[in-house]
Amino acid sequence: MAVMTPRSGGAGTRLGRWMRERLVLGLGLVVLAYTFVPIAVVVLMSFNKPVSEQSKIYKFSGFTLDNWKNPCADPAMCESLLRSIEIGLLATVVSTILGTLAAFALVRHDFIGRSSSNLLIFMPMAAPEIVLGSSLLAMFVAAGLGGQLGFWTILVAHIMFCLSFVVVTVRARLAGMDDNLEQAAMDLYATPSQTFWRVTFPLVFPGILGAALLSFSLSFDDFIITNLNSGNTTTFPMYVWGVSRRTVPMQINVIGTVMIVLSVTIVLIGELRSRRRRPA
Amino acid sequence: MSQVAEPNQQRASEDAAGAGGGSGLRLRALTKEFATFTAVRSLDLEVPSGSFFALLGPSGCGKTTTLRMIAGLESPTSGTIELAGRDITHAKPYQRPVNTVFQSYALFPHLDIAENVAFGLRRRRQKDVDEQVRQMLDLVELSSQSRKKPAQLSGGQQQRVALARALINKPEVLLLDEPLGALDLKLRRAMQIELKRIQTEVGLTFIHVTHDQEEAMTMADTVAVMNGGVIEQMGAPAELYENPRSTFVANFLGQSNLIAGSVVSRSADITTVDMHGIAVSVPANRTHTDSDRGWVGIRPEKVLIGEVGEQLDAPGNTIPGGVVSDVSFVGVSTAYLVRMPWGQELQVFSQNTGRVRIFAVGDAVELSWRPEYAFLLDHAQDASAGAAL
Repeated sequence: MAVMTPRSGGAGTRLGRWMRERLVLGLGLVVLAYTFVPIAVVVLMSFNKPVSEQSKIYKFSGFTLDNWKNPCADPAMCESLLRSIEIGLLATVVSTILGTLAAFALVRHDFIGRSSSNLLIFMPMAAPEIVLGSSLLAMFVAAGLGGQLGFWTILVAHIMFCLSFVVVTVRARLAGMDDNLEQAAMDLYATPSQTFWRVTFPLVFPGILGAALLSFSLSFDDFIITNLNSGNTTTFPMYVWGVSRRTVPMQINVIGTVMIVLSVTIVLIGELRSRRRRPA
Repeated sequence: MSQVAEPNQQRASEDAAGAGGGSGLRLRALTKEFATFTAVRSLDLEVPSGSFFALLGPSGCGKTTTLRMIAGLESPTSGTIELAGRDITHAKPYQRPVNTVFQSYALFPHLDIAENVAFGLRRRRQKDVDEQVRQMLDLVELSSQSRKKPAQLSGGQQQRVALARALINKPEVLLLDEPLGALDLKLRRAMQIELKRIQTEVGLTFIHVTHDQEEAMTMADTVAVMNGGVIEQMGAPAELYENPRSTFVANFLGQSNLIAGSVVSRSADITTVDMHGIAVSVPANRTHTDSDRGWVGIRPEKVLIGEVGEQLDAPGNTIPGGVVSDVSFVGVSTAYLVRMPWGQELQVFSQNTGRVRIFAVGDAVELSWRPEYAFLLDHAQDASAGAAL
């Protein structure tokens, strides 16, 4: 075969193979660059020397550690950040507990309205945020809470949309679990509570943890629903939105960088732990 | 169903004294009804301690439900379960000295092999758990794998872990729910021998649920054939095979030729049956019907095939007029289908000893069998019951 192939054809094949072998890699690198460039910009800008001219705000004018040394230059920013963390943690705790209990009920117990509950739980995920936000606002106003919009209404709203994500995540984990495992535990002398804590909970825990992390990031990140139900309270995303039309303090990039580092660390820890579990 | 299985001879000495009344497992009128059907109907069963007992039947016959009721994972609608003289009918699964090897093994994926095996001991706060686990892993030849997670083991190894995890608790009764079902044929044969060896070694009562008749017959001292929620017949494997009492057992355990006939006469030791004009005899203790019609049963390997007019070494029942309609050469034997004058095709397995030539399709032949191998079943039963399962 090789003898019959003309020379140029052989070269073409070689070139084709060279291309094919590197095409996937090349495309992959382009995609990675596409995702990482904005992140790199955030990290870079956190070391930017602030400029007075508003129009040149995203021009790198010189390296400095000032932003990192003094992250709360604008106290309003740190105040909003703390509030977002506070709301995020509370919403996570409440929605994770309620959602986990709901998931157990939906998977383990047969009751009237189970299948419709299973379906309705998707509603907050499927409905557009703007619709959810405005209907929540209408509800709060109708309930006579129009004047008290703020921390608590934001919290209620966040718990509401986090809840369905928690239920769906934990339910998937629970449904994928072999029923026989619990029966086996009981067969091996474990009482119902021992069965739960020794077998069921450890097996469902990764799902619960994932749901909690997801809840926090959803809550921390939310702008639309929060903005409609916040009254005079300002969360971090609302603060960023507010200042973006004026002068953006470079410290926002510091916060952004910290958040990126934190999330990457969490993912890495999870990855390392699961990798360590593999080899005996 | 009044037979009682023979206890295993190599019984652990501590229980040997109690081989009589109180020990062992006793089911009385055990019934389980589900919303739409009855899975188990008034089952009476006695399993002496130390025996290897098999519950054999097709899927849906109630064998797994029976097992789950013994384990306490299902609660009976009525009837009682007694173990070593104690009524455990309504005891919780974790209160019974019974352990199960699940069909799916149900190993705890988050625990390593040693902790899986130690699970039952730890729940009962036993001492020297590590030492017991080490010995048990030695028994199932998995000592080197003790720190691995179940997912890292092969199917056969997981099966042995499941067995070790149940055995280590030294239960009064060990329940095995189709434990070899997920293994390939070769591994299954090896595990059958292994299971039998372990049972003999530890001397515990094993109740093994399976739909594989060969598996049941190879391993068990006593086999109970279940069908439609009741035990059709129970006994030693050879006894069940040689003298089935119902068409279901005749067809489910191996294969049988069932030929319609009417009873001509009955004596103390012989029943004479007219089978499409040919008189054949069946021993009285193999006659399982009181009516005047019945199915004459004969196993294919008990049927001899020969040339027309040839003197066959089987005085008694000779049936002329057969024509070979199908031949499959297996090697050690040849399987024939022979069309009889009344239109029925009979199966014949002939050993390739070289004494009889191998017949071809269309050859005229005569069949015969020794009367002591035939059995007579009730005509009211379906001749094809259990055949396709």
